[in-house]
Amino acid sequence: MISRHPFSVVLVALSVVLLAPACKKSQTADSAASGATVSGNVIKIGEVGSMTGSEATFGISTHNGIMLAVKQLNAAGGIAGKKVEVVSLDDQGKPEEAAVAMNKLINQDKVIAILGEVASSRSLAMAPIAQTHKIPMISPSSTNPKVTEQGDYIFRVCFIDPFQGTVMAKFAWESLKAKKVAILRDVKNDYSVGLADYFAETFKKLGGEIVIDQSYSAGDMDFKSQLTAIRSKNPEAIFVPGYYTEVGLISIQAKGLGLTAPLLGGDGWDSPKLTEIGGDSINGSYFANHYSTEDNSPEVQKFIKEYKEMFGVVPDGLAAMGYDAALVLFDAMKRSPQLTTPQIRDAIAATQKFKAVTGLISMDAKRNPVKSAVVLKIEKKSFKYQTTINPT
Amino acid sequence: MIKSLKFWIIALVAIWIGNLFIADNMNPYFFSILMYAGINVTLAVSLNLVNGFTGQFSMGHAGFMSIGGYVAAYISTTWTGTHPDWIADPFLSNILFVFNMLLGGFAAAGVGYLVGLPSLRLKGDYLAIVTLGFGEIIRVFILNIDAIGGARGMPNIPPFTSFGWVFTLLLVTVFTIWRLVRSSEGRKFMSVREDEIAAEAMGVNTTATKVKAFVIGAFFAGTAGALFAHYLRYLNPQTFDFNRSFEVIIMVVLGGMGSISGSVFAAFFLTFVREALRPLQELTQLDFRMIIYSLMLIVLMLTRPNGIFGTRELTDVISLLKKKRSTS
Repeated sequence: MISRHPFSVVLVALSVVLLAPACKKSQTADSAASGATVSGNVIKIGEVGSMTGSEATFGISTHNGIMLAVKQLNAAGGIAGKKVEVVSLDDQGKPEEAAVAMNKLINQDKVIAILGEVASSRSLAMAPIAQTHKIPMISPSSTNPKVTEQGDYIFRVCFIDPFQGTVMAKFAWESLKAKKVAILRDVKNDYSVGLADYFAETFKKLGGEIVIDQSYSAGDMDFKSQLTAIRSKNPEAIFVPGYYTEVGLISIQAKGLGLTAPLLGGDGWDSPKLTEIGGDSINGSYFANHYSTEDNSPEVQKFIKEYKEMFGVVPDGLAAMGYDAALVLFDAMKRSPQLTTPQIRDAIAATQKFKAVTGLISMDAKRNPVKSAVVLKIEKKSFKYQTTINPT
Repeated sequence: MIKSLKFWIIALVAIWIGNLFIADNMNPYFFSILMYAGINVTLAVSLNLVNGFTGQFSMGHAGFMSIGGYVAAYISTTWTGTHPDWIADPFLSNILFVFNMLLGGFAAAGVGYLVGLPSLRLKGDYLAIVTLGFGEIIRVFILNIDAIGGARGMPNIPPFTSFGWVFTLLLVTVFTIWRLVRSSEGRKFMSVREDEIAAEAMGVNTTATKVKAFVIGAFFAGTAGALFAHYLRYLNPQTFDFNRSFEVIIMVVLGGMGSISGSVFAAFFLTFVREALRPLQELTQLDFRMIIYSLMLIVLMLTRPNGIFGTRELTDVISLLKKKRSTS
């Protein structure tokens, strides 16, 4: 049939084009009827995470944290008698996949809120979609300030890069009494660059001096030339806001070159791998983190106990962040008079002094949490709680 | 002349009629898959000119895509930063977008020329490695430029990409390459693929021909990158690593090296299949999606080693069916 007419292909294409909206119409009518509210006895929320790919461990930890929060909530009766169900989608660690997953959650699964993503690069691809559809989105651990700048429906529960940089700068100045600090940043990593920039800014403002600013790329094995340059400036501390693999190697090579200044870093250090790689060389270094397992508050201890029961491992920082993101969302849902997306958004924005695992969370006008950070000291393969630094 | 262009003009009109209501009425999830599929078709067809028709194995297509994307996105964001009223204006925004898309394409083509001139004197595996290397160089280069965000990526790109532009570019790419490989100029590409020495003996400047194919391929990859940037509204160098190049190569090989219909089909097919398998991962919570996807590729390659279409086109298949019917 088709072959008879040379332009029938075009006609078929045209009719597909014309029919597509016709059959979609019914769907839009469908969703308009239910709106963005909840129908039935289940509240659906969405999660986008990197369950596979190079950052799978981050995605899985966060996912576990969220699942624990959901389990606890449903065991306690859910929200207004309704159970919460999480639809989790994998983005393989790719921004474009995260955008597709986001579209699916909002338009197919009709979720009323989104939890995710761990990394800023994916959150930045997802945020415009959440904003267009007016669906509240809470990122557990995207630290790039630009994420929440995408619109008034985008929130996060972690502190942002400026704050981690600020915390370590304050710590170096006030607790370590350092005057001259060197920076060794990972240029390939947006997180590292952000931390280094804000550290330098705050430290200079406090009156200190950045004696040298060196860089490396994630995946490098040899840092001796940068460390030799740093040694020649004789700094009192070295700020290395990278990830644990490189930091471990850097600490060994620094000790090998006779550098005794302590290393300082951010939450990218938070992994048992750090002491495995760094061994004794990393002892005496400090890093900023979201929470400490040594914190004795009942919330933290309860979370650690139940997480261990459910998954058999001690929760890392990302699991705690995922858990907190879910808690903040559930708290807002409980406070919101009706479960519509604008009201949930307003309730999240009104979060004040909410007791979460990673500290007291209050949302500021820019939808970033005002919360404290802890500084941990590395001693004999364990992370010792050092001090808590509050935002100013 | 009009008669031969009839198909293309009708298709173009159909696309812009579709543009009027598709975006508003279609489920945004399906719409986003359709848009990615459209962009992938442009990438696959343009790479087919290099890998399929000219027989030069290039592995750096994502690099050209990123250049086009970054150039266009940079101009768009800086321009709309000082002229915010251009974003909402339907006329001005489209003018700006077309201009940026072309500029992105030309930037990619320029780099393609620089990369192609020395490297296309190499053959086979060597060329593959060189282009792979250049693709990575481009990515690392972008990682280190602060003005375009470096590793942080580039957010807040205005949402200029519409259904109309994605499919217009798809049509333009298919049209250009379809017509090109059927011209005497285009026969040169295939002569280089079939036998380089014989082609040279017949007076074909083989290096110039290869560079030409490379530059045209890079141009369309660049424009596709611009579409991608203005659709996702966020660019990150991580997106353009060699995996992205491989994805496009898979589309070309699966569809058939030297078949435009094959590339179009494979690009649509692979983009949709990945999404169609998503519920499986949701149900099992295991990553079956990529296993089945990869398994499907293996089975297809074992059963049809020349790709689904081989070197045939859809029109060949149709006329073949016609002939069969008239003889029987």
